[in-house]
Amino acid sequence: MSQTVQQKYETVIGLEVHLQLSTRTKIFCGCANVFGREPNTQTCPVCLGLPGTLPVLNKMALEYALKIAIALDCQINSVIKFDRKNYYYPDLPKGYQISQYDKPVAYDGHVWMTGADGQERKINIKRAHLEEDAGKLIHDERANCSLVDYNRTGTPLLEIVSEPELRSPQEAYDYLQALKLTLEYLRVSDCDMEKGSLRCDANVSIREAGAKTFGTKTELKNMNSFKAVRTALEFEEKRQREAAASGGRVIQETRLWSEEKGITIAMRSKEEAHDYRYFPEPDLVPFDIDEALIEELRRSIPELPRQKFERFTGEYRLSGYDARIIVADQHIAHFFEACAKLYADTKKICNWLNGPLLQELNARKMGFSGIKITPEDLIAIMRKVDQSELSNLAAKETLKQVLDTGKDVASVIRDAGLAQVSDSPALEGIVDELIHEHQTVVGQIREGKASAIGFLVGQAMRKSQGKANPKMIGEIIQRKLSGKSNA
Amino acid sequence: MKLNELTAHELLDLLKEKKTTPREILDAVLARIQATDAQIRAYVRLRSNAAAQEFSNGSATPIPIGIKDNICVTGEPATCCSRILEGFKPPYDATVIQKLKESGAYLIGSTNMDEFAFGSSTENSCYGPTRNPWNKDCVPGGSSGGSAAAVAAREAIWALGSDTGGSIRQPASFCGVVGLKPTYGRVSRYGLIAFASSLDQIGPITRDVEDCALLLGIIAGYDERDSTSADLPVPDYTRALVNDVKGLKIGIPGEYFVEGIDPQVRAAIGAAIEVLKQRGATFHEISLPHTEYAIAAYYIVATAEASSNLARYDGVQYGLRRQPAGTRKTPLVDMYEETRDAGLGNEAKRRIMLGTYSLSSGYYDDYYLKGLKVRTLIKQDFDKAFLKLDAIITPTAPTTAFKIGEKADNPLSMYLSDVYTISANLSGIPAISIPCGFSKERLPIGLQILAKPFDEAMLFRIAYTYEQNTPWHKERVSL
Repeated sequence: MSQTVQQKYETVIGLEVHLQLSTRTKIFCGCANVFGREPNTQTCPVCLGLPGTLPVLNKMALEYALKIAIALDCQINSVIKFDRKNYYYPDLPKGYQISQYDKPVAYDGHVWMTGADGQERKINIKRAHLEEDAGKLIHDERANCSLVDYNRTGTPLLEIVSEPELRSPQEAYDYLQALKLTLEYLRVSDCDMEKGSLRCDANVSIREAGAKTFGTKTELKNMNSFKAVRTALEFEEKRQREAAASGGRVIQETRLWSEEKGITIAMRSKEEAHDYRYFPEPDLVPFDIDEALIEELRRSIPELPRQKFERFTGEYRLSGYDARIIVADQHIAHFFEACAKLYADTKKICNWLNGPLLQELNARKMGFSGIKITPEDLIAIMRKVDQSELSNLAAKETLKQVLDTGKDVASVIRDAGLAQVSDSPALEGIVDELIHEHQTVVGQIREGKASAIGFLVGQAMRKSQGKANPKMIGEIIQRKLSGKSNA
Repeated sequence: MKLNELTAHELLDLLKEKKTTPREILDAVLARIQATDAQIRAYVRLRSNAAAQEFSNGSATPIPIGIKDNICVTGEPATCCSRILEGFKPPYDATVIQKLKESGAYLIGSTNMDEFAFGSSTENSCYGPTRNPWNKDCVPGGSSGGSAAAVAAREAIWALGSDTGGSIRQPASFCGVVGLKPTYGRVSRYGLIAFASSLDQIGPITRDVEDCALLLGIIAGYDERDSTSADLPVPDYTRALVNDVKGLKIGIPGEYFVEGIDPQVRAAIGAAIEVLKQRGATFHEISLPHTEYAIAAYYIVATAEASSNLARYDGVQYGLRRQPAGTRKTPLVDMYEETRDAGLGNEAKRRIMLGTYSLSSGYYDDYYLKGLKVRTLIKQDFDKAFLKLDAIITPTAPTTAFKIGEKADNPLSMYLSDVYTISANLSGIPAISIPCGFSKERLPIGLQILAKPFDEAMLFRIAYTYEQNTPWHKERVSL
């Protein structure tokens, strides 16, 4: 795309996030709200929409929704009600979805996000409403038929709609990450896009830079990961810009993202769009949201990422960089705080957490929750390095083994023989061997080339399989080669 | 006298005195059905295991009861007399059924109705019409015509119906029995296959007022499975059965006695008012000014809800499924269209279209929203009236039972037969219909009494007093 096209247009994106709430039971019945069971085993007459059954609101779903509303600084409606959204699809057993139309749980909130430039931005939330999830269609190509699994039917969803304030696919990605992090801290959802517990549709349009009105938008669906959202938006942004630049126009339609083909495909036009015929759900009465409940929920909300970031950079004097990495996972944040109680040098803790520990976890494709190493273990390893009982290399090895086995630090060091050798006679023996083997280097050192000492120290570490105390080795070499030796 | 001719309270007395057994009562009812239901067709199906029924000793109320075909009973078909629910057997009991089973009731079978309760004559049933036991050329009213006819024909001791716009009271009136639409929220709707969720109530159809109070006592009460049921205690309604209306203030709304009312009905209501006056009630002319908009508002709100409630009959999960031979649109859309075309009757289709229209974008404000506003005004009419009154009396229906086929081609005139009953549904208040005489053609006439929300006891008191001083409830059909 030419530079002029790039600058001529501005991209406008709004996201609709559908979040499955991890309540114990479904939103309108007593069925277990669980993922991954045998098809049609988690159903009852109510979520199957059998004739004569009636929905009853799960209070926990409402409370989760309110918690999210509070965390996103939303206004909360004092009376909420449910409405029916009417459309036909085989995964929708009643022929309508119970949703919220004009009295959603919450409106006018915002999400704070950090852009690629490190700048904070506030993205406004238009509304958040509760609704029930639909079932899942499974297409059996061989039998040439479609099957319905109703297990997911009635899973509580909160739809969180942003204002069209995102200006690039990357910004949309950053917003999603920031939103997800807050939701994870609240422990109200798995937030797993691959499992479908967090789903995202995007409305995207372009307009001439500086224009006040919006262009014609398309709605993108079927993005199954955070990256897919960004890639699909990048494709769509380019498609719309090119259409506009070549004198064509964008038509209002719904488009599906094809992960395999890497393109968006037209699904239905505005003319084919449903008229959902919303009307108040007569089977549910309006609910008063009482102030005391909101207060109670407000008190139950944990420290959120943004506050934690502020506190960590203040209280622990972490750099913005370190704090961001640590806060980006509440398990790491807890781990860090536990470590900080045991050990004063928080920078050093960060170096270990954001360095070796995260590297090891990444190598194992493991998350931070449920890991076998405790804060006490990590601090014990760090102290042993401080006290020259472990070399850095051996410390990393210890960390690895504790992670793998869950054994305590002392036994790992003992069993694997990782303790640093600081015993003079042993080290002197190693140095003597090296002096004998590397006469040229020894000559350089004697001529005053100090850097050559490093080479010998390295060789000593190799000979000792990392266990030699490098500081002592250096001292011994210097002593022996400076002629002060009595050898 | 045969056991099936007695009321539930009379039978309970006999049972208490050990003069009969639940089995004898059931056998008498089944024998009657055997003898007369071929003429009446009150039932569309009898319970599958009738002979195998065992009665546990000490059941509170082991009385055989007819159940409208839109109330769910575990393992028994429930079709709403629609082909579209062919083969559907609910895996659960409606809350009222659970309560009846706990009381020891014997569920005789399913009674005929207009398809999905859409109608006032029981002619819109996929099983064909039920006939009025007083005159078999006439309709029994509807939509609970099967239940009302069964009770009138002594083929059930009592029965359950459902009332969305008069579907209990109008057939009770046409069949000369007692029918009550409880306050909205008094009886759980869980397990009642919905017509219009904000209007539907299940209620009793009985031979006399005492039975009506007894049966309401069994089925009423809060149900956590129905969010619209009221969390209020259920009074002992039999305590309201006193022969005393002294000092009660009863309203007569001018709007209910205008053109279109059969003079014989008007005369019968006038006579009933005299009876109650003599017992010490005072009568007051009142105005319910928004009455004239009730039918329009009702047919907007009720059909809108119905269009959505019936969307689930799509051929996917249960009931009828039809797939045309060739592909017309897509296999899925073809199945929807073919299934619904084959499964739903004309009146159901008409109401689904009306309701879909009034909810459609661009029409919502003019129709559905306006309907809701009128509904509020009608409710306010009653609220205002009840500030000074204990009850209101009207005819139940403008006419006596009409001939089968007479209104079949004129839906509007059929809709008008609900003119006196629908306001109670729109406003949620309780209303009862009791027999108050006969036309010269010997067709029953019904008197409707309306009261404040949750004041069913007031209805029973006035109805009971009237009944104690009149002979109508003792009249019997001859079949």
